[in-house]
Amino acid sequence: MAVPVGVPERQAPGPTTAAAGGRVEGRSLPQMAWRRLRRDRAAMAGLGVVSALVLIAIFAPVLTWLNGYSPTQFNPGAIDPALGGVPKGPLGGIGAEHWLGVEPKSGRDIFSRLVYGARVSLLISVGATGVAVVLGTVFGIVAGYVGGWADAVIGRTMDVLLSFPSLIFMIALVAMLPNANRPLLLIVVIGFFGWSYVGRIVRGQTISLAQREFVEAARALGASTRYIVFRELLPNLAGPILVVATLTIPTYIAVEAALSFLGVGVKPPTPSWGQMLSDAVDWYQVIPSYFVLPGLCLFITVLSFNLLGDGLRDAIEPRGDGS
Amino acid sequence: MTSLLEVEDLRVRFSTEDGVVRAVDGVSFEVDRGQTLGIVGESGSGKSVTSLAIMGLLRGRFTVEGSVTLGGDELVRADPDFVRELRGNRMAMIFQDPLSSLHPYYTVGNQIIEAYRLHTGATKRVARKRAVDLLGRVGIPQPEGRIDDYPHQFSGGMRQRVMIAMALACDPELLIADEPTTALDVTVQAQILNLIADLQEEFGTAVILITHDLGVVAGVADEALVMYAGRPVEHGTLRQVFYEPRHPYTWGLLSSVTRLDREPEHRLRPISGNPPSLIDVPSGCPFHPRCPYRMLPEPCSTEVPEYAPVNGGHLVACHLSEQERTETFARDILPRVQSSVRKGG
Amino acid sequence: MIRYIVRRLIAVAGILLVICGITFVIFYVLPADPATLACGRACTPERIAEIQHQLGLDRPIYQQFFDYVVGIFAGRTFGTGEAAVQCPFPCLGFSYQNNLPVWSLLMDRLPVSASIAIGAAALWLLVGLGAGVISALRKGSLWDRGAMVVALSGVSLPVYFTALVLLYVFYIRLELIPYPEFVNPFTDPAGWISAMILPWITLAFLFSAMYARLTRAGMLDTMAENYVRTARAKGLPERTVVVKHGMRAALTPVITIFGIDLGQLLGGALITETVFGMPGVGQLAYQAIGTIDQPVIMGVTLFAAFFIVFANLIVDILYAVLDPRVRYT
Repeated sequence: MAVPVGVPERQAPGPTTAAAGGRVEGRSLPQMAWRRLRRDRAAMAGLGVVSALVLIAIFAPVLTWLNGYSPTQFNPGAIDPALGGVPKGPLGGIGAEHWLGVEPKSGRDIFSRLVYGARVSLLISVGATGVAVVLGTVFGIVAGYVGGWADAVIGRTMDVLLSFPSLIFMIALVAMLPNANRPLLLIVVIGFFGWSYVGRIVRGQTISLAQREFVEAARALGASTRYIVFRELLPNLAGPILVVATLTIPTYIAVEAALSFLGVGVKPPTPSWGQMLSDAVDWYQVIPSYFVLPGLCLFITVLSFNLLGDGLRDAIEPRGDGS
Repeated sequence: MTSLLEVEDLRVRFSTEDGVVRAVDGVSFEVDRGQTLGIVGESGSGKSVTSLAIMGLLRGRFTVEGSVTLGGDELVRADPDFVRELRGNRMAMIFQDPLSSLHPYYTVGNQIIEAYRLHTGATKRVARKRAVDLLGRVGIPQPEGRIDDYPHQFSGGMRQRVMIAMALACDPELLIADEPTTALDVTVQAQILNLIADLQEEFGTAVILITHDLGVVAGVADEALVMYAGRPVEHGTLRQVFYEPRHPYTWGLLSSVTRLDREPEHRLRPISGNPPSLIDVPSGCPFHPRCPYRMLPEPCSTEVPEYAPVNGGHLVACHLSEQERTETFARDILPRVQSSVRKGG
Repeated sequence: MIRYIVRRLIAVAGILLVICGITFVIFYVLPADPATLACGRACTPERIAEIQHQLGLDRPIYQQFFDYVVGIFAGRTFGTGEAAVQCPFPCLGFSYQNNLPVWSLLMDRLPVSASIAIGAAALWLLVGLGAGVISALRKGSLWDRGAMVVALSGVSLPVYFTALVLLYVFYIRLELIPYPEFVNPFTDPAGWISAMILPWITLAFLFSAMYARLTRAGMLDTMAENYVRTARAKGLPERTVVVKHGMRAALTPVITIFGIDLGQLLGGALITETVFGMPGVGQLAYQAIGTIDQPVIMGVTLFAAFFIVFANLIVDILYAVLDPRVRYT
């Protein structure tokens, strides 16, 4: 877009440039967004790290096979029982054998645990985001498009959910529920408490879309509700939903890590970054790398998703202030 | 004898990611006390940027060249604080959309008083009396009762009256009105234009009226300047521009004058095509891609037409010969716009 | 306005009742018998039955819920005779594990949570709003880029990680400050500040980062508004334009978000309190969850929800005061 920086005139010469320059003409909205995103170096860096993380999570078994240690395998040889189970060698046992060192006491390989931790972290955050987005989109569209009593009921439900002290409640709930299939339980609980944020945004967008000419025109022409929802509303909601989803994932990564840190998330022996951090608390003066590494993984992952999400938001919903 | 405002070869450029935007490219004009100049053009023609450049209100990465002189004081190279002291005092501006141009959190009285006290140092009580007086003068009924209302409590026309009252608070020598009636109902438009004309007569203010609608200019201006792609294309007295227009772009604007006596769909006959990009201005005459009378390839797409006088002070930038222009106008344009020209006179 | 507030108050009561109900049902259905837990180790089936009776657990669930709600307003007595325990208004239940009504447990802990919340809030408002405004005014400058990098890092770092790093640097390595604990601010203000500073900085780092980003975005939007251009056209000095016309409009939404965040924190900063071992409401919740002290979990949930809902109400009313366009009927 050739919106001149700081030109205070509100009528931006948008289509003008498109017609004259001929470069932007005929491009679809996603293409234009992608073009804007590609110019955003921070967002592209975020996308790069996120892609790498997804690959790491998918190929975790391959990576640990290369490394030679499974994440749950105890390695008594790598620790010094005489010194209370401290890893042998400097820097927490970092070396050719164990790339990022080993856990004290158990001798489990930290690299393997971090790699599988990425898997857990992404699985739960993406799964919970999926739950939240599906619920939020469905209820948001129903509330916004149907209106009336449906809007009232869904609106009040969202009010209640948003008023819940959800962290306390989630911890209590997860702590009391049986241990079977922990990740699935976390996905459902986190997603269930989070959908109202997505729902609010989708509801607002739906209401403003439903008043736009093309939707009113479709309705006047007798289009079915099904047609309007799937052909008119959803394609236009896709952008905002994608932005919310991308920014929700890092939040849920943090929530999962926090729950695991507090001992109510993923249960050992399944590795999770939050759980590793909590295990490392007692050792962080002796083996700083044991504490810093999962923290760093968490930080870089959340940061990358945030960068990508910010960039997507700017690309999809440009504010026109030249940023 | 020099005019109150003299603008000489004004050029404004913005640097953007996509390139340099030549928003204003060599504009000159003068306005004297009690006179009204109408600047006409489509959006993106540089008319608003011209006014913001005069006021020193440009923001962002821009450069200004040329000169702007108000009552003998040069403004382009002046200290920004000096220009700031003049704003709202010796020169004032009203904008297109009065709702978004008034601060939603402050009462209209507060916003008028603020401007008045800043430049006169008057006491609160004096300033408040002045604000009530001004609101009454611009035609707001029961100004004492409405001075403590917020902008959203007024109608569109009343809000624009508030804007005018605010602009006139310090009796400015120059008033720039940027599309003051565009956001308003047609009936209210005429009221606001008459108000500006009345106040101008009363205070002897010089007025620059910026609009995309030649019909608006017709009622109140003494002179008209037509701009296209940041450049002046025609400039003359109201009579010259309306009765003897010499530029095909002006003809197009004349054909699209707002008319109350026609059905809306017949009212506007817009010029085909879009205004050009100001980054990549068409070669030769910038209007040639849209001009029905262009001569291709030469000279219209290769040479920039000279901005030259045709008779007296009437300036035109067009490659057509004077004879071709008069003939074409009489043949193609005049029959179509006859009624609006009559009205405009 | 009065009518609006009354209507909202009724809605608030409704939301709290629903939250109370949901919490009640979930912890009733969940497979943990409160009586067994309250009883302790040396427990006989008779003793469990007795406690069940005392707690009213042998009654139907709707009856129990009704008793609970009535108890909040009227207070109640658990058990009869010598074993009877008093739970005066506002009775949010009785913790057999602590042998105290939940309300008095909460009141013991509230000053700690309030201290953490208020101190951190003062800090993050100062830093967050300041950094955001300056960044917006100098958009694209070195300061802006630097501040936004720090801010983005701030929102991406887990609170407990920041907390432990700060603890390591300032307490263990530099020995600059005492170990965080709760000190009464009225008897020892200086001690209060030095003992609370780490939790404050920990929370403020996260929230400053969020607020700096919010404020910057708000200021950028506002400074591009037409009314700011009008303010400049009046010839106002740039400082007046920024402070009176820009910040007033840009900060109003930020202040309302602040109300909600503060409300959340008053209901307990669970992670921060737990990491620093501060005996606040959040830590109480965490401990109660660990020991499955059901009445305390319920009580804290309701207590925290109360703050959130009330903060929302106050924020909405405040909005009408700050923005004259907002009028409730």
